[in-house]
Amino acid sequence: MIATSSTALWYTTRATGIVALVLLTGTLVLGILTAGRMRTRSWPAFAQADLHKRVSLLAMVFLAFHVLTSVLDTYVNVGWAAVIVPFASPYRPVWTGLGTVGVDLILAVAISSALRQRIRARTWRGIHWLAYGSWPVAMSHSLGMGTDASKLWMDGLAGVCSLAVIGSLVWRIGEYRKSRDRAISAGATTRSVSVRASERIETALSRSPVRSIPVRPGPGGTTTQIIERDRP
Amino acid sequence: MSAQPRIAVRFRVDPVACDAYGYCAELLPERVTLDEWGYPVVDGTPVDGDLVAFATRAAAECPRRAVLLEAVPVRRQGQPGSAPDGDGPGGRNVPSVGGFRRHP
Amino acid sequence: MSVTTLATAERLLFVDGGAASPLDLSGHIATHGAVAIPTRGDHSWKAGMFRAVAESGLLGRGGAGFAAAAKWDAVYRDPRRPMVVVNAMEGEPASDKDRVLLTYSPHLILDGAEVAAAVIGASEIVICIADHNGSAASSIEAAIGERRQAGMTARRMSVERPPGRYVTGEESALVSWLNHRPALPILRIDKSVPLNVARRSVLVHNAETLCQIALIARHGPEWFRQAGTLEAPGSTLVTVTGAVRSPGVLEVELGTPVAEILGRAGADVDLSAVLVGGYGGAWLDASRLATPYAPGPLADAGATHGVGVVIALPATSCGIAETAQLVRYMAGESAGQCGPCVFGLPAIADDLEQLAIGRADVEALDRIQRRSAVIVGRGGCRHPDGVVRVVRSALEVFVADAMAHAEGRPCPGYDHPTVLTFPESPATGRRSP
Repeated sequence: MIATSSTALWYTTRATGIVALVLLTGTLVLGILTAGRMRTRSWPAFAQADLHKRVSLLAMVFLAFHVLTSVLDTYVNVGWAAVIVPFASPYRPVWTGLGTVGVDLILAVAISSALRQRIRARTWRGIHWLAYGSWPVAMSHSLGMGTDASKLWMDGLAGVCSLAVIGSLVWRIGEYRKSRDRAISAGATTRSVSVRASERIETALSRSPVRSIPVRPGPGGTTTQIIERDRP
Repeated sequence: MSAQPRIAVRFRVDPVACDAYGYCAELLPERVTLDEWGYPVVDGTPVDGDLVAFATRAAAECPRRAVLLEAVPVRRQGQPGSAPDGDGPGGRNVPSVGGFRRHP
Repeated sequence: MSVTTLATAERLLFVDGGAASPLDLSGHIATHGAVAIPTRGDHSWKAGMFRAVAESGLLGRGGAGFAAAAKWDAVYRDPRRPMVVVNAMEGEPASDKDRVLLTYSPHLILDGAEVAAAVIGASEIVICIADHNGSAASSIEAAIGERRQAGMTARRMSVERPPGRYVTGEESALVSWLNHRPALPILRIDKSVPLNVARRSVLVHNAETLCQIALIARHGPEWFRQAGTLEAPGSTLVTVTGAVRSPGVLEVELGTPVAEILGRAGADVDLSAVLVGGYGGAWLDASRLATPYAPGPLADAGATHGVGVVIALPATSCGIAETAQLVRYMAGESAGQCGPCVFGLPAIADDLEQLAIGRADVEALDRIQRRSAVIVGRGGCRHPDGVVRVVRSALEVFVADAMAHAEGRPCPGYDHPTVLTFPESPATGRRSP
């Protein structure tokens, strides 16, 4: 029997929770930068993608400890069910439940990434979008639990994390708009911009400074007769 | 450089899957450069020696799994068969980077 | 066989009294004769037919020009159950030959499909016709009905109507569509492994190729080789348009000089150049019209045989303007899957358009050449390669014009409506299950 006092477990829960939150923020920011194809001379894009994966693993380790210590702590009754089932904890069900929701989302992302080769690309991507949801859930869980929430350093930390996430989101949306405009000006059809193909060609041809016979329906551009044989 | 694995691969990109992430050009600049729109221009010269690890890493990191590595038979002296790939703008002669050590 | 004394090769299309009439089953048998296609061919028949097609040296008439026998070999070796797909899509806008064959000789196409099916052991034939080609589809459906009534039911025949875009005529795009996926090309690493539809290996042939096979089955490879050249035997259908008095579809022996083809279509104005091979082919200067229409000589002249297409450009037209419109159209017809094509073709079109109206900057010609070199071979299919070939040939054939345009002096012809025409393109749809 491990002779840890409840207080030690309590401190560990709070500490690992905060670290997990910071790491989760880092994971999210790196993920947004990766999706937005951010690269600099000293920070190539593949390195950021790689770092994103590694930081997410670290975040999950701390999250696991956070969950474990919170359940093992006998001072408050959380119960094993609450690890996966939201709002199943007798102790502060709402705020704990939010944490559970976060764990569920992160578990889904983790499992789908582990099975990435076996599942369809679209499925993986869809589940990965859930990761966006895990961050505000984790943040509200942290602030709502309240133990350190009112302290200045915790508020400051939450503020910095939020700024980082919002800042990278703003950057990301800008990048998305830029690439979409570039695709439209190229006359390209990207996955997210669906322009009816015939309109696209008609517009391009009619906007061309070169005149051509107006586009018209029908097969081919030829008349339909077969050349008659020269009579000998 | 004594214990060289005697395998060589040819680096190829599936242009349909490729979405111009550019990781391959970062990891294997000896074979991949990017055109003005960010898509890879691949040198079909086989990759051997130290570079194979980078080619493998590029294939693993590509978010769209667009990198295809073709095994190339290695001739007796350890020189890979050198006919450049038909695809792509012909085989350019890439200077050897044998003496330059990096960590994949 | 001398190439200079060609008479009209009258094999696929029989024109009597100045007009051709569609051949129904009895007319077809009266004109071409009957051919016995076994329901379940024994090995010696299959081997004999395969040898006949191989010895005939028949090259595919769909644009790629692969040896027909090589395709049969690949499908025959594949362990999966085979099927035959007739590619009558006519994705090339400047070509009309598939529609002509479907309307006037549908039974020849079906005969060829049945011969191929008998050799590879297929029991299903799917005929693919563009969705906008209703009359051709009715014609072939009527022909299938006739055969059913006559008891020729050895193989199941059905007609499919994929969307009529430029790329849907490409083999892998067509097969994708038959597999209920978008009609877009896929990357094929090993072309010797046949494509598959619902796990059955697929033999895809152009409609005209199958007609030639039907004739080889009747008359044998030596007869087939009596027309055409040594490397490219047989006859072929060529669609002639542009500045000619009687545009339309001609049957010629392979190796006929382009000038003679133009002559038969009534070209009587001064021509500056001729576009051969289709919108992914190449320009041929007016001084080179003696070039025989065959793969080898055309390749030597920097062009390609492609699909049988000859478009006559009068001297009053502007080749740069025509090419600009062509590239713009082809950019729009891109499958949209590969960056070099999606971004490269519109970029080249931009520069060509500015060049056409005489407003290009000094770098434009260099940019066009540079981009052409960088996009070639980097797409999932040969679409950008064809466009680059047209562009490069244009800058060579119309070099004087290009220089003048680049200096801000466009030729007077740039303002005329173009000779090349472009059909309205429907949106790409999916095959209904």
